[in-house]
Amino acid sequence: MPKITELFINGTKHSVDVDADTNLLSVLRDHLDLTGSKYGCGEGQCGACTVLLDGLPRRSCITKVGAVAGKRITTIEGLAPDGNLHPLQQAFLDEGAFQCAYCTSGMILTASALLKSNPNPVESEIRTFMEGNVCRCGTHLRIIAAIRRAAESMKGVSR
Amino acid sequence: MSRKKISSVIAPTIRPAPAGLKPGATTPKIEPERYELFSSPAYHFDLNRREFFKILGGGLLIVCVLPRAEAGQESGRRGFGRGEQMPKEISAWLHIGENGKVTVYTGKVEMGQNIRTSLTQAVAEELRVAPESIQMVMGDTDLTPFDMGTFGSRTTPTMNPELRKAAAAALDALLDMAAKTWGVDRSKLSAAGGKITDPVSGRSTQYAQLLKGKELAQTIPAEDPLVPADQWNVMGKPLPKVDGRDFVTGKHKYTSDLKLPGMLYGKVLRPSSFGATLTSIDTKDAEAIEGVTVVHDGDFVGVAAPTSALAARALVAIHAEWKSSPQQISSNILFEYLASATSIDSGGGGRRLGSIEQGMASAMAHSEQTYNVAYIAHTPLEPRAAVAEWKDDKLNVWTGTQRPFGVKGELAAAFHIPEDQVRVRVPDTGAAYGGKHTGECAIEAARLARAANRPVKLVWTREEEFTWAYFRPAGVIEVKAGVRKDGTITAWEFHNYNSGSSGIDTPYDVANQLILFHPVKDLLRQGSYRGLAATANHFARESHMDELAQISKMDPLAFRLKNLKNDRLKAVFQAAAEKFGWGKTPATPDRGFGIAGGVEKGGYVATCAEVKIDSKSGEVKIVRVVAAFECGAVVNPDGLRNQVEGANIMGIGGALFEAIEFADGRILNPRLAKYRVPRFSDVPAIEVVLVDRKDLPSAGAGETPLIGLAPAVGNAIFNATGVRLRSLPMAPNGIKL
Repeated sequence: MPKITELFINGTKHSVDVDADTNLLSVLRDHLDLTGSKYGCGEGQCGACTVLLDGLPRRSCITKVGAVAGKRITTIEGLAPDGNLHPLQQAFLDEGAFQCAYCTSGMILTASALLKSNPNPVESEIRTFMEGNVCRCGTHLRIIAAIRRAAESMKGVSR
Repeated sequence: MSRKKISSVIAPTIRPAPAGLKPGATTPKIEPERYELFSSPAYHFDLNRREFFKILGGGLLIVCVLPRAEAGQESGRRGFGRGEQMPKEISAWLHIGENGKVTVYTGKVEMGQNIRTSLTQAVAEELRVAPESIQMVMGDTDLTPFDMGTFGSRTTPTMNPELRKAAAAALDALLDMAAKTWGVDRSKLSAAGGKITDPVSGRSTQYAQLLKGKELAQTIPAEDPLVPADQWNVMGKPLPKVDGRDFVTGKHKYTSDLKLPGMLYGKVLRPSSFGATLTSIDTKDAEAIEGVTVVHDGDFVGVAAPTSALAARALVAIHAEWKSSPQQISSNILFEYLASATSIDSGGGGRRLGSIEQGMASAMAHSEQTYNVAYIAHTPLEPRAAVAEWKDDKLNVWTGTQRPFGVKGELAAAFHIPEDQVRVRVPDTGAAYGGKHTGECAIEAARLARAANRPVKLVWTREEEFTWAYFRPAGVIEVKAGVRKDGTITAWEFHNYNSGSSGIDTPYDVANQLILFHPVKDLLRQGSYRGLAATANHFARESHMDELAQISKMDPLAFRLKNLKNDRLKAVFQAAAEKFGWGKTPATPDRGFGIAGGVEKGGYVATCAEVKIDSKSGEVKIVRVVAAFECGAVVNPDGLRNQVEGANIMGIGGALFEAIEFADGRILNPRLAKYRVPRFSDVPAIEVVLVDRKDLPSAGAGETPLIGLAPAVGNAIFNATGVRLRSLPMAPNGIKL
């Protein structure tokens, strides 16, 4: 089994020593203590494990670590590196867009990819893009509001 | 279906208890009405005052004594007395340190209902300090007093006022101290922002200053006046989730995120089906993997390994044979089974009033219908998880449970150790919805940790969560009613088989009633679920009310109001109808409107729904919901709106498409790819109308807003199509037109 020894996460090189077929989620969580990405279903159905690979949202629970070596990986921990919250994080706080918040990091990362490709999404576009992310507490409408609020606050600001 | 077949049914039990675990210690079955167990056993607290201050540091300690114990005490404030022993029955305590830091200790737990925030508001209000200066220590069996558990929407009506009383008593004591220090009348002093001020002299002092070098302890007096709701400054206003920043940055550690030094990752080998027994096992290959510990103890088989990947590999390397239980009932004949099964006990609760026979005789028309409710799964996004560590003869467990003290007891029983050798801590949890009352995951982690002699983390897979947890009970409900020509209901007969008795009483004014809950032998392990049986009972009742309105040729809202005397319920019906524009738009075959409501756990709800039906595919879409809710004085309006919205969205699943399918002792859809939960495309526009009754005590709100959704949607579907759907979920594959 080939080994993976280096991953590029949140702008930093991380040394690891894992089999290439290990799923990215467990490497992030168990080996690197980046526990902001969550296990929810293990089959890419809930979005709690979402990370960005070269800026695109991917389900880390069904992504083999061998497939991401050399790619830019962004987790929720990398969204506010300097301590200043990303506009989406701030918007989630402002809208109270969570209850248990277990889905929140996956929601925020997925939404960040949406806003990158579509800086001013209308509600139906937000719903379609977020469809793969499950919130069991039922804060969907607040999440939609938070994404719109973030889009508003990011107007004219490049991130 | 023959009775003989039914008698051969074997109910699934929790996975077999390992040898060394006391049989039954893992509470294989939860009675559906567990919420009714409100009385708390005596708490034997063995710390004395000195020890307490040694742990907490100096300052002021206020102890809330449970009302039952309070009754037997002298009235008025008292200290601990000469013996300095703590009172025995304590619900919470509050400590203000010499540095002014306020720490509140409660056995309640946070799992998304945001009581960490609302309880903080309660203390801030009465103590007159900023919410940011308060730390809540929750659900830690070594640090917080005994608590039955966080369920039944009890936190707001019970813990909230207890903490307010404690905070009010603390403020009293501080005012006393300041008055004594300054030699002034304490009634002239005012308190705000953690400071006491004498308006006459202009002097002021921080609470911390007053407490320097002090060790004061008091139990709270029962008669302390609390700030009335119309004068609230912190309560009654929105306060964002405390620690919210930790959740949007991924910093918060749920149980499944914890890591202890040297910790291993656990996995459990599950039986091939419910009730299966182990006939042979070969663990050699698994044991040969370096670093892997295999536990085979009775029918319990599990592994612990340095990484989760290795644990998964070790589990696959175990060769086990299971013997299945005899034939088990499948979900495709679930309702036939429930309808024909014999009650296992007749005392299931209910009500008899007047005479059904006479009521029926005086009716113009009669109705009789049966309603079904499927088993559904809680599906909290964080599955059951536990970290267990045996250290210095003490078992330390972190786990997401609604009953930290209950799980502590389960652990002590399972390992035959005294309860004081067990400490359970509950990190703020990735939701529960009534599904995390039990401690099986904690016991399994502890069993693995004992064998490996290292801390072990066990996180159930989604499939385990779908299979080996417990379900909201399925049920069959039979309703018979009689109605007079003018729309007065003269007789109401209601039988609930298996699903439970919560919300079974009708709030309508009917002279002749027979309402009974019939427990029957269950098919799947079943237990609490947000709202309990109130969802099933309201679905049946409020659907049938619509059927009676139809028979009476009356508007569904007018029919309800005609038969209703309860003013609080009337008020939410009217509030919802007004906001919704009830009766203003005529239904069309592809667009319908429904209304439903009810009373449960001190909350009053009315829900209006608008549905759109695709005339070709039969797909049902809920496009708009208005929910009016009243639960006394509102503590946190934004938190409450969040709960009402969330309950309605969660309710969509059970109303339209969620159902557990099972056959031969196996769950057939134990994955999110097969078990459909509400997603963004399912969510309608929701408007929440809060009826804020500042003159009434606050009730809980996590559950009751859910109960109106399913019947409102069913009634709306009927309104559009004339098709009456009487089985939950109503339209997993759309409706047949």
